[in-house]
Amino acid sequence: MSTVNPPVVFTQDELGWVSWIAPLPEAELTERHFAGLVDRARAKSEYFRLLVRDPEVLEARTKTDKDIFYNVADGLPRAERELAAAATSRYNGCIYCASVHARFASTYSKRRDDVQRLLDEGVGADLGERWNAVVKASVALAATPIAFGPDNIAELRRAGLDDAEIVDVINGASFFNWANRLMLSLGEPAK
Amino acid sequence: MAPKDIIDTLAGIEPGSTLDAIRARRLQARENAQKSYLSLFEPIDASDFSLAERAAVAAFVTGLHGESPVAAFYREKLAANADGAALVEPIKSEIARGTTSGPYGAFPAGPLSVENKAGPIYRVSTEGKSAFGPRLVAALEHAHLLVFRPRDAASADMKALLAAGWSTTGIVTFSQLVAFLSFQVRVVSGLRTLAAASV
Repeated sequence: MSTVNPPVVFTQDELGWVSWIAPLPEAELTERHFAGLVDRARAKSEYFRLLVRDPEVLEARTKTDKDIFYNVADGLPRAERELAAAATSRYNGCIYCASVHARFASTYSKRRDDVQRLLDEGVGADLGERWNAVVKASVALAATPIAFGPDNIAELRRAGLDDAEIVDVINGASFFNWANRLMLSLGEPAK
Repeated sequence: MAPKDIIDTLAGIEPGSTLDAIRARRLQARENAQKSYLSLFEPIDASDFSLAERAAVAAFVTGLHGESPVAAFYREKLAANADGAALVEPIKSEIARGTTSGPYGAFPAGPLSVENKAGPIYRVSTEGKSAFGPRLVAALEHAHLLVFRPRDAASADMKALLAAGWSTTGIVTFSQLVAFLSFQVRVVSGLRTLAAASV
């Protein structure tokens, strides 16, 4: 499939995504596939119709994702979970993932300019103590070998996070090491 | 209190502990991280990606993150597989050859090019090539890219896997497996660090 005007900078704009290998045609989806998609509307997405080639893995991945980010009964505010996702994506270099989760971080935090500075300046941007601690922890987790250590925990605690909130940072940042690798390697973003 | 799952086992989380209680507040994520593991390593259909191949890729990927209980777990899984046991030593050699620091790689040409970071392009050794065969050689080379320089990925990498005999469905499951392990090894490391900082 041909390259469709790929973006060359990090952005909060809505981007498309095109697959490099063949997704399943919508007409071939069975009930097993719809169970894997979790939301039937995802049958319209090229990305999910590609991943649904392994429906059991996609279903488990999707439900893991949704609970880590959308279950806000307690723990870290949604905005900061999205910040962890955006920072991880910025550091790994996933322009598509960063666009989606930077938008969510802006929506839930009302700090669109700070989120844009993360995209423009990178993970070293000064976003205030609490956000800096979340970004730094996410970056340390994304490094290989993993650089996350007791200093990150101490910094998150100083910034006011309790252990349940720190687990949300760990889960959100770790999950985007999963998501980034799929988005970056199976296709590419398009404007 | 829930029975121990694979993340609990690898992170050393005991039933009834503080971290067990915190994990219980994200029950759907907990259960589905476990289902992800099971659907990748005990799949209902392994015809596009064999169990021995899965264990070999997993031992390589987790080993590239440095020695840990996670790396030991997948190395033992490979050793326990009838077709995999002979690959344990060759995989160890490839881990030693492939170990580096990431993420590195190039951004799309433009303003971000100043952030490009050079690093090794890993290729399987000559001895490794005879031990693994072309499918696994292509998989290990691509897995190394996914671990250390995912932003370098290009459509040509998909063509290389297809040319080595991977089906499109096999590529999807293989990519999920490497990406899932990138998640699992970090959750385990993060939870271990938190547990150690909480005593």
